[in-house]
Amino acid sequence: MDAVIDLAPLFAEAAFETLWLVFASLLFGGIGGLIVGLALYVTRAGNLFANRVVFGVLNVIVNIFRPIPFIIFLTAFQPLARLVIGTGIGTEAAIFTISLASTFGISRIVEQNLLTVSPGVIEAARAAGAGPLRTILTIVIPEALGPLILGYTFVFVAIVDMSAVAGVINGGGLGAFAIQYGFRQFEPAVTWTSLAIVIILVQVVQFLGNGLARKVLRR
Amino acid sequence: MPLVQIRDVTKVYPASTRGGEPVRAIDGVDLDIEEGDVYGIIGYSGAGKSTLVRLVNALESTTSGSIIVDGTDITTLSERELRKLRLGIGMIFQQFNLFSSRTVRGNIAYPLQVAGRPKAEIRARVDELLDFVGLADKASNYPDQLSGGQKQRVGIARALATSPRILLADEATSALDPETTHEVLGLLRTVNRELGVTIIVITHEMDVVQSLATKVAVMEKGRVVESGDVFDVFSRPQSPASQRFVSTVVKGVPSDIDLEALRARHSGRFVTVTFRDGGASQSDVFLEFGREGIGFELVYGGVNEIQGRAFGNLTLELTGADERIDAVIDRLRERVEIVEVV
Ligand SMILES: Nc1ncnc2c1ncn2[C@@H]1O[C@H](COP(=O)(O)OP(=O)(O)O)[C@@H](O)[C@H]1O
Ligand SMILES: [Mg+2]
Repeated sequence: MDAVIDLAPLFAEAAFETLWLVFASLLFGGIGGLIVGLALYVTRAGNLFANRVVFGVLNVIVNIFRPIPFIIFLTAFQPLARLVIGTGIGTEAAIFTISLASTFGISRIVEQNLLTVSPGVIEAARAAGAGPLRTILTIVIPEALGPLILGYTFVFVAIVDMSAVAGVINGGGLGAFAIQYGFRQFEPAVTWTSLAIVIILVQVVQFLGNGLARKVLRR
Repeated sequence: MPLVQIRDVTKVYPASTRGGEPVRAIDGVDLDIEEGDVYGIIGYSGAGKSTLVRLVNALESTTSGSIIVDGTDITTLSERELRKLRLGIGMIFQQFNLFSSRTVRGNIAYPLQVAGRPKAEIRARVDELLDFVGLADKASNYPDQLSGGQKQRVGIARALATSPRILLADEATSALDPETTHEVLGLLRTVNRELGVTIIVITHEMDVVQSLATKVAVMEKGRVVESGDVFDVFSRPQSPASQRFVSTVVKGVPSDIDLEALRARHSGRFVTVTFRDGGASQSDVFLEFGREGIGFELVYGGVNEIQGRAFGNLTLELTGADERIDAVIDRLRERVEIVEVV
């Protein structure tokens, strides 16, 4: 337990790094995923901007990149991170790569949830004189909002997982901290404390996400 | 000039499978719908009814032909112009298609928001519509808190929000129980009579046409096989499809199975007499039999109302001397439709 107390300042720093990593990645990946997911949805055959070519290309890209194990993705895209961020290591580089990787995963979640909106409801909006853009913004997204919030809550957990792996490129955060001080220096208390913090973080977000979704779904 | 003119319209969907046949959902349809009509379009599933009605507000585009709404050929309009057109055409649906993320008020307000009306005007108009459909106390409820009948009332209020001259109803009562159907049909009748809205009702149910429509078109395989005044079409159905629809509300000549059952209980000769409002009455016919001393008994059939006018077929068992019966049948043929059933 002494080790935990000695390391307290570093602990706090690692915890904040994790928060920063996760929320920044969730923000960028979330927006990227929303855009790609929307694009997949609207270009699908029979939908508002049906376009086989665009849909086909996006679909293939997402299918190729989404299943890549994150540890490989992280190292494979290090050169790209260097190009965009200026460095291939550190927290910012990790945020870039996590955001990119999660964009593919989130886009599928967004697409799947938008597809649950009944075509009849979209037809009702069109029959009321709404154009495609208005239909998407005022009907499609609000109708799918509950499941979308649950989807993003789920994604949050996946990003916490990725943030731990990001230790490999010195991404920082609790994952790297637990490996360095808990595992390598034989201090199980450090490992367990890190674990406890992550569990609490995930539980809090899960609770908030579920609560928000329930409010939106009125259940 | 008719409010809606459908001229030689076809709609072909590409084949759903590679190498399959394209689907001719609408195959050369002509229809005139006058202002103030309640125009029923009846047909079995897959006949092309929904497709036809979606062509009228351009949710689908025509493959060929023209659709003239209030003097404008809408097949030539741009997407922007079509959006304006749709503000003048309301639509209600079998599954209601309410926006579950919006309250009742939000649903009804939607077309007005699309039309860019000021907030205060929207509020006042929605209040008016809530009163009209009798849902003023449900304004803040969400659709999933309403019954089917209430949902369709919201659908009707939403469709009427922008005061359209035309209302399209696609199987609007098919998901409702008979009592609620009755209520919703009553509301649609009010919409037609009091607000003067021209209604096109799509249905596969005869009672809807019978109780609401003034004109009817019978559709089969993408074509209109018969059309005109509801009473005329259904009291003299020409096509097999129309005859089948009529038989769901008015019994015709007994089928072979029915006849067999009748023969088991009755030994006389059977005739089926068709009565139509304006033709010979039942008492006219019965009097003739009585005068000749022919016994008659009603064994099958019934009389119903279409558009408030009586129409039906009665099958009678006749007993008496054969030559007398023959003579009476011959005499009656001049005044009423009568066939001997053997
Ligand atoms: N979007 C579509 N793509 C391909 N075929 C369609 C489409 N919509 C309707 N059809 C076909 O057109 C025909 C008429 O359908 P529809 O108008 O829905 O009939 P109804 O409303 O009378 O049941 C059917 O054979 C149906 O399968
Ligand atoms: Mg249909």
